[in-house]
Amino acid sequence: MTQIVMLAATAAILMVAAVFFPFLEIHASGLSRWSSLLGVVAAFSEGWMLPLTFGLGAMILVLPLARLAALIYTLAPMALGHRPAPHAALAFRWAEAMRPWAMVEIFILGAAISLVKISALADVALGPAFWALAVLVVVTVLKDTLMCRMTVWKTLEERRPS
Amino acid sequence: MEDARGTPAILTARRAGLVGCTRCGRVHSPRESTCRRCGSALTSRDGASLQRVWAWLMAGMIAYVPAMTFPMLMTTTLGQQQENTIVGGAIHLFDEGSYFVALIVFVASVLIPISKFIAIGYLALSVRSSVVIRGHGRQRLYHVVEFIGRWSMIDVFVVAILSSLVRFGFTATITPGIAALSFALSVAFTMLSAQSFDPRMIWDAYEDDDT
Repeated sequence: MTQIVMLAATAAILMVAAVFFPFLEIHASGLSRWSSLLGVVAAFSEGWMLPLTFGLGAMILVLPLARLAALIYTLAPMALGHRPAPHAALAFRWAEAMRPWAMVEIFILGAAISLVKISALADVALGPAFWALAVLVVVTVLKDTLMCRMTVWKTLEERRPS
Repeated sequence: MEDARGTPAILTARRAGLVGCTRCGRVHSPRESTCRRCGSALTSRDGASLQRVWAWLMAGMIAYVPAMTFPMLMTTTLGQQQENTIVGGAIHLFDEGSYFVALIVFVASVLIPISKFIAIGYLALSVRSSVVIRGHGRQRLYHVVEFIGRWSMIDVFVVAILSSLVRFGFTATITPGIAALSFALSVAFTMLSAQSFDPRMIWDAYEDDDT
């Protein structure tokens, strides 16, 4: 359980780094441009595609972060040997509900495909945020395979103050 | 013909006089209405489940039509505008020689959504009929559908990345097309459809089989 909390904390830090550093950079015939993760989210913000911006922001930024926060909130006190925090069951239930909608790992594959598509037109350089996200995906997968939901639920119930 | 020793009978929570929680797996007596372990609402079988499955599935299929027919990407180079649909983009990639990437795009945005429509429809129809299927094919199908659905979102991300990066005004600009929105909606709707499906209904066929 300690490992899961550590991995979740790592993922959260990487996520924050990924938001602020440049994501991808392109150079083409003297022109260059870089985009951050926020820039990607804002790609649809023109005209009536605006709702998609919120959806995109939720899927690659808000929900992954919220899920990590909920997991740390649920598991950290128990990993330290304390009783679960108040409403820990609620937090874990939300974390589980958010799971299918947090799509960072799909996003990174999308980034890889975009690289192939652009590289025909321009030179692309990977920014720090790209690497942060790539590591984040590995950490997240590792964390999710380590974590057994049934065990977490059982432990939550057994350690609950009665 | 006599079946001397059949497979051990499958005991469902309902037949044991209990209610299972779909979120955390704890079983309760039927009197409880919320799960004591995780706080989810408890019902033995969700009666409205199939209705929601069909409603979301229909919405997903309807949104999929404009996603396929309208342009996904609009590329403007030196004043010339070129529109690409999802399939057109995959064909373009294939022509350029990026077979593998073209395959990923094709699988994620054509093959997966369509097979998902069929799979969810099949599951929703088959739990109604009392046809018994040996083995656990339907349970497996359900998990595959739930797991794989989100991967279709990949093309929407590609469009977002491309259009946020390639913005050189007159020289070259990529803008997202309307298909991006309807495709994202289609994926979201089918994900909701798969989530509304109550997997316990699959087990009911086994229950009827034994009695």
